[in-house]
Order: sequence, then C-alpha cells, then structure tokens
Amino acid sequence: MLRSATTWLLIGQRLGTALITLVIVSFAVFFATELLPGDVAEILLGQAATPEAVTGLREAMGLNEPAILRFLGWLGGLATGDLGTSYVNKVEVADLLAGRLANSLRLAGIVTAICVPLSLSLGIAAAMWRNTLFDRVISVMTISVISVPEFMVATLAVLIFAVWLDWLPALSYGVDVDSLGAMLRAYAMPVITLSFVVSAQMIRMTRAAVIETINTPYVEMALLKGASRARMVLIHALPNALGPIANAVALSLSYLVGGVIIVETVFNYPGVAKLMVDAVSTRDLPLIQSCAMIFCVSYLSLITLADMIAILSNPRLRH
Amino acid sequence: MTAPETPNARRLRLPFRGDRAYAFNWIGRIGLCIILFWLVIAVIGQWIAPYPVGKIVGWDYFAPVSREFWMGTDYLGRDIFSRVLMGARYTVGIALAAVALAVAAGVILGMMAAVAGGWFDLLLSRFVDAFNGIPSLLFGLVVVAAVGSSIPVLVLTLAAIYMPGAYRFARALAVNVNAMDFVTVARARGEHTSYLIACEILPNILGPVLADLGLRFVYIVLVLSGLSFLGLGVQPPNADWGALVRENIEGLSLGAPAVIFPSIAIASLTISVNMFIDNLPTKIRDRSD
Repeated sequence: MLRSATTWLLIGQRLGTALITLVIVSFAVFFATELLPGDVAEILLGQAATPEAVTGLREAMGLNEPAILRFLGWLGGLATGDLGTSYVNKVEVADLLAGRLANSLRLAGIVTAICVPLSLSLGIAAAMWRNTLFDRVISVMTISVISVPEFMVATLAVLIFAVWLDWLPALSYGVDVDSLGAMLRAYAMPVITLSFVVSAQMIRMTRAAVIETINTPYVEMALLKGASRARMVLIHALPNALGPIANAVALSLSYLVGGVIIVETVFNYPGVAKLMVDAVSTRDLPLIQSCAMIFCVSYLSLITLADMIAILSNPRLRH
Repeated sequence: MTAPETPNARRLRLPFRGDRAYAFNWIGRIGLCIILFWLVIAVIGQWIAPYPVGKIVGWDYFAPVSREFWMGTDYLGRDIFSRVLMGARYTVGIALAAVALAVAAGVILGMMAAVAGGWFDLLLSRFVDAFNGIPSLLFGLVVVAAVGSSIPVLVLTLAAIYMPGAYRFARALAVNVNAMDFVTVARARGEHTSYLIACEILPNILGPVLADLGLRFVYIVLVLSGLSFLGLGVQPPNADWGALVRENIEGLSLGAPAVIFPSIAIASLTISVNMFIDNLPTKIRDRSD
C-alpha cells in the first residue's frame, strides 16, 4: 500500500485549500458581521449612551483601530480560545458555548451511530437488487426526503409520532432528563428527523458507489463464472467500493450542519445552532461569529476528509 | 465579433430541434405539468385568490378545511388558500431570479475559465473551491443577519451561494468541448474569445447546463424555505411558503391544515422538478462529470 509522491502532493494540496478556505471564511464571517448597522458601543450602552460614554467605550473596546487589526486580533483570540464576551448578557462566549457544543455533538453522535450502519446496509442492498421493487421503493423514498426542506421532515415526524400516534411529545424538549425513558423521549424526535435527512443522502451515494463498481469488467467476469449475486457484490465489488463509500459517508455527514440548524430550532433543542439563531435575532455579534466559525470548521473538516479519503482510496494513484 | 448575424442565430438554437421529437415518459410529464401549474399560479395567483391576502376573514384561527376556506385559516384567521397562491409568487419568483443569476454568472465565468486557461482559470477555480467550504444555510444566515432581509438581498445571497456550483459544472463541460477539433479550427481562424464562448462552446453544453439549472432551482427553493422558516427570509406581512409554515407552526400539534398545505406546496414543486430532470431524455441531460 505504498503511496506515490503524487498522492501526498494531492493530499497536501487539499489541506492547503482547506486552510486558505478557513482564512477566507473567517474573513467573510468577521466582515459580514461588521456590516451590521448600528454602532456597537451605542447598542451596548443603550439608555446611557452619552457622547462621552460612547467615545470612552469605543476607545476601551479598540473600535477606533483599523478593521484589519481588529480582524487579526479576533483571529488570534479564536486560535487561543478567547472568543470574546457576549453583548447581551456579558458572559464569556466560551462559557456559553461549552455546554451547547456538548449537546450538539451528542445529537450528531447519536445520529451518526444510527445512520451509518443503517444507510450502508440499505444502500448496498439496493445496489445488490437493482431495479427490483425494493430498490425502487428505497429510491422513491430517498428522492422524496432529499427534495423537501429539513423542516418539513421535522413537521411530518411531529404529525405522525406526536399528533396521530401520540407516542412522543410535540415540539418540546425537557432539559431535566432524569431517567432513560425521559432521555429517549427527549432525543427521539430530533434524532429521527436528522437521521432521515442524513440517511437519504448516504443511501443514494452508497448505492451509486456500489453500482459503479458492479459495472466494471471484473465483476461481470465473476457473474459469468457463475458467482451468486450476493457473492458477486459482497466479495468482488464491495472491497473496491469501500473508498467511494467512505467518501460518501463523510460527505453525507456534512448535511448534518445544515440539518442541525433547522432541527434544533424546530424542537427547541439547546445546542449551538439554537444559540446562533437566537444570537442572530438579538444581534449578539461575538456569539454569531463564534457559532458560525464552529459550523464552518466542522463542515470544512468533513468535506476535506471526504476528499482525502477519495484521493487515498484511488488505486490509480498507488505506485 | 465580425461574424455575420445569420450563422450565429442558427447555431444558438436550443437543443430541442423541431425535426427530432423528444419523448418524455409519463413521470417526466407529470413533473412538467406540476411545474407549469405553479408557474402559472405564480403569475396569476393575485387575481384568482378568493380573499385579500392580508385580510382577517375568519372568526376562528387554525380553522379546518371548509367550503368557505379551502385550506382552512391561519393563526390570525386569514385564508390559507389565498396566502398559498400568493406565496407561489415569492417562492417561485425569488428562486427563479436567483437561479437564473447564479447559472448565468457561473456558466459565463466557467466558459471563460475553460477557454482562457492559465492564471485566470487557476485563480477563479481556487477561489470557488474555497467558497464551496461554507455551508449554504449558514452563509445565508450570516449575510441576512448582517444586512437585513429584503427580496433583492435574498436573490443576491441565494445566487452567490449557488454560483460556484454552476461554475464548476460549466467549466468541467467546457474544458471537454474546448479540446475538440472544431474549437481548435475556430481558434486558428483567429476568432475572438467571446465568439468561441458564444458560438462554439455554449451550444454544445446547453442541454446539461439547463438540466443542472433545474436541480439548482430545487436547492435554492429548499434554502429559501429554510431561511424563511427561521424567520430570515421573506418578511411579514408577505409570506412565501417557508414563512407560511413558520407562522403557523403553533398549529402543528392541532394538526391544522394551515401548516400542512404550504408544506405540500413546497414538496410538490421540488419533487416534480426532480422527477422531471431525472426523466429527461439522456440526450439532453447527458453529463460529462
């Protein structure tokens, strides 16, 4: 499994692109939030905004310095874990984020643990029995889930599980979960919704990856020498489809980033996304900036990971 | 650009030639019918709505479906049927404007990059790659938070989100066409870059580009609805379909039709565009990447 210099060059290039992207993204996030109308010092002082007080606070906050210096200072703060102070309740952003981030990561972790095995088996099965009724049902279902907005999947889940079946509470999240049952009920709806969104992507991509391998001459050869359909797919095609499948998994997980914003809002789940949407409505700049960076970094890591897996698993680069 | 007018006009035809009928299968036809239906509604919705859009007409909020109110009433007692008809204008209109802008800019830049090559191509491609690393809904969220929500801002933001994808797609197609003999010949004739783009490359990538436009339209409808659902899209008293769902989400636990019908409207539009594109004759949507 020796990798050639080309492979490492490609990987290096990809990591370089990711780094440049990160700088551009942080630049964009900082200046987009700078565009917000209204003077920060005036907003902070509110009723007490006398001209002297505003000048003093601007001086103290370093708002008179050029934007580029403030940007560099902010970037340095991010790198060292100093995320600034929330404008609204004067709490350190890092403290606000800590608990919320854990909640969001827990949600994402549970969804990943459910989705990956489920979608891989369904995707491989659909590819194995291509053009059968099973395959068609899977494909219609995944297309439907992909074509509708995330909030609609959430709405449907509430309609079915809370309103019609009355199994789970609608639109409420109990913060104090004391028993296993209560925890399951609290997590069930967000997890179901996110799983649908992420699985649909993953199943489609897995199916496509396996089918692409099935269409190669050596798999046809296996079929011609009399191997069963299962043997043909599982023994001959699957090992070579593992790279594209891993790529598909990482890529589909990046849909968690968009999905989680909607799902946390719908179900009032105390995660980073809810925090950010609330921060947008209260115009709490440091909080918006930090949350946006968290999402961008996780999204960027996932798609970079997907690309790197695709490069590493490409046998044509292996010499 | 000294080429005579006539050959240009002849060559710039759409790939739907009159002498060759393309057969759509029935799934594609259903998709097309639903798309056309919503397009017509977007134009004439204002005149066929039974009640004024912003007027409170019912005594009851979240009223069920009745002969008087075909889709029930919303959280204030306004007629949902009228609001869905008017919402079509916002959802379809904004998404169409944004997708047209995104695809036009992306395709022109993509063809220029493919034909010009060199540092122009390299710089633009790297920049677009970098832009691709931003999650779309998040980008919309930050921009709208920064400059406030209005319809021009929404159109431009959505166009900016989907321009890089259109650029990559068009560039990949154009690079292939650019390597063909007839382009080399045209270049040897001394044709200008703008002629190469408009008369040699564009007609040969138009089919796949139009199919791609359809798919991008779906993504834009989804992000627009998502933004409106978060309260950052079309602002009250106007409402697109996403905003209608948001307004009436309280009625969800009552199973109110006010939540269900706008959702069905979004789903019917996006699913039918997907069905239509999926079932286009391969001749049109043949993709090279």
